[in-house]
Amino acid sequence: MSRLSLGKRLVLAAPYLWISAFFIAPMALIFKISLSQPVEARPPYEPLFSLADGPSLWQEKLQRLGFETYRALLDDPLYIDSYLSSLTIAAISTLLTLVVAYPFALAIARSPRYLRPLLLGLAMAPFWTSFLIRVYAWIALLKDEGIINHVLMALHVIDAPLGLYATNTAVVIGIVYSYLPFMLLPLYSALEGQDPSLREAAADLGASPAQVFCRVTLPLSRRGVFAGCLLVFIPAVGEFVIPDLLGGSETLMIGRTLWNEFFSNRDWPMSSAVAVLLLALLIVPLLIAERLRLRAEGEA
Amino acid sequence: MLALPRLLMLLFGYIFLYGPIAILVAMSFNASKLVTVWGGFSTRWYAALLDDNAMLQAAEVSLEAAALSASLATLLGLCAAVSLARFGSFRTRTLFFSALYAPLALPEVVLGLALLSAFVAFGLNRGFITLVIGHATFTMCYATVALLAALRGCDPAQEEAAMDLGATPLQAFVLVVLPAIAPALASAFLMAFALSLDDLVIASFTTGPGATTLPMRIYSQVRLGVTPQVNAISSLLLAFVGAMLILSALILRKRENRT
Repeated sequence: MSRLSLGKRLVLAAPYLWISAFFIAPMALIFKISLSQPVEARPPYEPLFSLADGPSLWQEKLQRLGFETYRALLDDPLYIDSYLSSLTIAAISTLLTLVVAYPFALAIARSPRYLRPLLLGLAMAPFWTSFLIRVYAWIALLKDEGIINHVLMALHVIDAPLGLYATNTAVVIGIVYSYLPFMLLPLYSALEGQDPSLREAAADLGASPAQVFCRVTLPLSRRGVFAGCLLVFIPAVGEFVIPDLLGGSETLMIGRTLWNEFFSNRDWPMSSAVAVLLLALLIVPLLIAERLRLRAEGEA
Repeated sequence: MLALPRLLMLLFGYIFLYGPIAILVAMSFNASKLVTVWGGFSTRWYAALLDDNAMLQAAEVSLEAAALSASLATLLGLCAAVSLARFGSFRTRTLFFSALYAPLALPEVVLGLALLSAFVAFGLNRGFITLVIGHATFTMCYATVALLAALRGCDPAQEEAAMDLGATPLQAFVLVVLPAIAPALASAFLMAFALSLDDLVIASFTTGPGATTLPMRIYSQVRLGVTPQVNAISSLLLAFVGAMLILSALILRKRENRT
C-alpha cells in the first residue's frame, strides 16, 4: 500500500465521490427504506435516522425498525409468484437462447476464416441498436392481426390466430431475441479457438459426427456455454421492458412488480424490499459471473 | 459442419435477427395504417412527426441529457480508469473497483429506484439535473471499462520516458497518454451517448415533470398500440443509436488492429 500524491488523490476523488454518492449510498438507502414504515408524506416512508433527532429518539426509532415489510412480502403470494415466475421465465429463455445460439455460433466458427469477423459483426450489429425499439418491433409480429398470424393464416398453416401476444411465450421470445448476442459471443470465442485436429483425430479413431460433437466439441465449449448462460440469465430475471411490452396481465416478473409497486402503489418500503430480495436472488450468479470476469481480466 | 446445414443455420440466424427490425422500418414507410396491407411507399408518417410537438420536445430533452451525461461519464470514467490502471494498489481499491462494475450487472429497476431514493434523501427535485446524474452514473461504468482496457494496452514505459526527459506527470499524461487513448475516449463518449439516448427505465425513475425523454414518450405511445407514427420515430431512434454504437465499436476495432 502506497500513499498517493495530492494530484493522484484529486484524480481518484472525483469518480470515487460520484460513485459513493450516486451508487453506494443509494444502495444502502434502499436497504434502509425497506426496513421502515410507509407513511403519507414526502418522502413516503418514515425516516429512520436524522442527525437532528438526538440519541434518545434514535433509540426509539431503532426499536420501530423492523422486518414488517419483508413479512408482508413473504405473506403475499403476488411477490412469491413473481419471484418464481421470473426465475422460471429467465431459465426457460436462457435454455432456448442456448439452443438457438449454439448452432449459430458453430456455423460462424466453422465458416472460412476470412468470413468470420464479418459474419460475427453482422450477428452482433442488431445488439448495437435501440433495445426498446427491438422489443417494440415484436408487437407488430406477434399480435393477432400481426404479421406472423397473417402469413401463417394465408398459407393455411393455422385457421385462427395463435394468440401469442401478451403471453409468457411472447416474453420468452422477446428475451431470446434481445439477449441472443450475449450468448453468441462467449460461445463463438469458445468454439472458434478449438483445434480442428482434435475433431479429426476423433473421427480417425472411428467416432461418428454426432459422437465427435458430443464428446469433443461440446465438452470443450462448456466454459462458453456457462458464461453465456449467466450473461443471459442475470439480466433476464430483473427485466422490465420485455414483460411489460410483450407480456399479458398474467405475466408476473419481479422487475415489473417492483415498477408497479413503485409507480402505481407508491409503496416505497415495499418496492425497496422487493429490490433487496431481487438482489439477494441474483447474488450467487452475480458473484460467479464476477469471478469469471476477474479471472478473464487477470485482476484476481 | 457440412456446407448446406451451415448455410441454412446462418440464413435462419440472420433472418431471426434482422427480420423484426426490417419489418418495423418497412412499416414506417407504408402509406397504409394497417400492418399487413402495403399501401405504397410514403414518408407521410415522418412528415407527421414534425407536427408532433411533444415528441420533438422529448427528443430535445433526450439529446441534451445524452450530451451532458456522456461528457460527464467520459470524464469520470477517465479519472476512474487512470486511478485503476496507474496508481497501483490503494486502500479500498477493491471496493472502488466493484462499485464501478456492479451497476453493469444490476437490474435497471433496482438502480433506478436506488437513485431516486437518494435524490429524495438529498433533497434534489426530480427533473433534468437528476436525469443527467442518473445517466452519467450508469454510463460512466461502461466508459470506465472501455478506457481501462485502452490504458492497459498502452505501455507505461512511454510515460516514464517522457518524465525522464523532463515532463511533469501531468505533461506526460496530456502529451503521451491522452493522444494514445483518444480513440477509446471517442468510443466511450459515443457509447455513453447512445446508452443514455436509449434508456427508458432509469430515466423513468430519475426524471421529473417537464423532462420527459424520447424513449419515455415512445413507451407511453406504444402502450396505446402500434401506430405508423411511432414506427417512424422508432426507426429514426434505431438508426441514430445504431450509427453511434457501430461507430464506437469500429473506432475501437481500428485501434486494436493497429497495435
